[in-house]
Amino acid sequence: MALGKQLADPAALARLGTDALPSAGSPPGRNRTYSDGRLGWFMAGPAAALLVGFIILPATLAFVLAFTNQRLISPNPTEFVGIANFSRLLTVKILTLEPLADPVTGEVVYPEIRDLTRDPASEYYQLQELATFGIGDTKIVLLAGDSVFIRSLVNTLVFTLVIVPVQSLFGLLLALMINRRIRGVNLFRTAYFVPVVVSMVVVSILWKFLYAPDGIINDLIGTVTFGLVQPRDWLGDPTTALPAVMLMSMWQAVGFHMVIWLSGLQTIPTQLYEAASIDGAGRWDQFRNVTWPGLRNTSVFILITITIAAFGLFTQIDVMTAGGPLDATTTVIYQAVVRGFRQQDIAYGSAISVVFFVMVLAVSLLQRYLTREAA
Amino acid sequence: MAISTSPLRRQGRAFTAIRVALMVLLAIFFLFPIEYMVVSSLKPDDQLLSDTSSLRAFLPIGDISIANYLGVFERVPAIRFLLNSLFVTGSVVILGLMVNSMAAFAIARMRWRGQGLVLTLIVATLIVPFETIAVPLLLLVSKLPWLGIENGELLLQSGWLNSFQVQIIPFIANAFSIFLFVQFFKSLPKEIDEAAKVDGAGAFQIYRRVVMPLSGPVVATVAILTFLPIWNAYLWPLMVTQSEDVRPVMVGVQYFFQLNPAWGEVMAYLTLITLPVLALFLALQRSFIESIAASGVKG
Repeated sequence: MALGKQLADPAALARLGTDALPSAGSPPGRNRTYSDGRLGWFMAGPAAALLVGFIILPATLAFVLAFTNQRLISPNPTEFVGIANFSRLLTVKILTLEPLADPVTGEVVYPEIRDLTRDPASEYYQLQELATFGIGDTKIVLLAGDSVFIRSLVNTLVFTLVIVPVQSLFGLLLALMINRRIRGVNLFRTAYFVPVVVSMVVVSILWKFLYAPDGIINDLIGTVTFGLVQPRDWLGDPTTALPAVMLMSMWQAVGFHMVIWLSGLQTIPTQLYEAASIDGAGRWDQFRNVTWPGLRNTSVFILITITIAAFGLFTQIDVMTAGGPLDATTTVIYQAVVRGFRQQDIAYGSAISVVFFVMVLAVSLLQRYLTREAA
Repeated sequence: MAISTSPLRRQGRAFTAIRVALMVLLAIFFLFPIEYMVVSSLKPDDQLLSDTSSLRAFLPIGDISIANYLGVFERVPAIRFLLNSLFVTGSVVILGLMVNSMAAFAIARMRWRGQGLVLTLIVATLIVPFETIAVPLLLLVSKLPWLGIENGELLLQSGWLNSFQVQIIPFIANAFSIFLFVQFFKSLPKEIDEAAKVDGAGAFQIYRRVVMPLSGPVVATVAILTFLPIWNAYLWPLMVTQSEDVRPVMVGVQYFFQLNPAWGEVMAYLTLITLPVLALFLALQRSFIESIAASGVKG
């Protein structure tokens, strides 16, 4: 998980916006500020130019390219294609099929979906089968413009929904456990934090080794259960691949959030705990009435950073599973890279990036709303 | 009257014992994969697989050698990848410290026309995750010109793909680094500038000779927070470095992994690129953890 991304904290930027400017009312002259336009631009110019060139410009480009058919290298001129990329990405249709009796044998058969998706006159033209299930005799088919992308969207959301509560709670428990003045407690803090400084590429390759069918995890489970649980191919099985990636991702990142919880805990004045224990509050009461309210902003920050990082799930997938097996672990950013970079379809990759940006923006706005309410 | 064995005290002691046991178990959970990686890097593959059924897996016993490490160097230019990463990371850290601290000084301690605009720009970039811009940035850098030297001649080259600059320049300016510097500069007392001003120093001299020498802690924080993501970068270098000459470690190890070498060799490579960072972390632990904490406190 890239640290830089986790650090993008919109609440902090709101403050940067308000208190960074010198106050308008301060009298000139005796003040620490200098009024020199040229020097100001000289000093802030390089940073401003680089940010415009390498963040603002490509971000704008993403929105423009998403409406074209731009490729990395192409002999044909780029054309404007409207919302074609987005409608392909996001179209999902439900098709209900009633059973038909086969006129010859009398067997129950269903109309071929192929006939619809290959018929230019059909509203289901060029859609791909996403999932099929039956209710009674009726077969319900979900069709999508890009079934792999819908799978990646679902996988990303599932990953996020599990990782966000579990990882933040786990981080909080670790922080509470080591937030003591016991000798040697820093040793444990260090131990829990070590995986954070190990690169996600290294962690992914290492855990692929641990998860292997003849690897140490299968052997450990076998030993602990006296051979009752058979070894399995954790990453090769569509039902366990994503959970396996989740466990590993948590192992790597939870120390980061433990440290942030810890710094939140240490901002709570000890007098509050003293007062609470004089009032006869037990451990749980103290946690509920002193600790938890004191951690409000920390918890919003942690929930948001984990969410945004989880949306961006990529490295683990690229190294460990390449989106498989059977698209069980493909994710939004993995698809953006496959389409935009490996297949060199810049426009389609940009459209996926825009979808991702909208997801992140929604979460950032939620954070602003939550922290504003507290103020 | 002896009170040392009161029921409450005994209960407290049992509670502490459980807590410590839990803390130790968790420490094992977080450390065993790394310990296993280092130990496995010293063993031949047949022993690796036979050891997994017992605790021998975690001990450096049996046929121990550095053969796996030698195998890595035979297959890929591992040292080259390491040096590439060192160069890229070092450049981003040093240039980033200069560019971002200057911008922060101009924002925190100067007043000039256009300041509001620049501030808005910086703030706007904070909400753009890198994943959003990776694909369009790939197109952009593939078209950028560069002055290169070929056979002693200065040549205008087109496209930044497969270069060092493509891994360095886009990451120099960083809104979060600027933000950390602004916060620190505002906390410095104004009196320190006044004395310098009396001596006739201009704003830039004050930045360079007065403010920066006092900024050790924030420089360390920004350096660490820049170092980690650039050293560990994967998505971007994967897209822009096809040539071995400029490939950094993380893409290099993934490339090596795809050659399907023995697990022992893979573990040797992982150990090789992880131990330096771990050593650095253990040496600068306090700064590392405080830097991370600094990124979240101001809630």
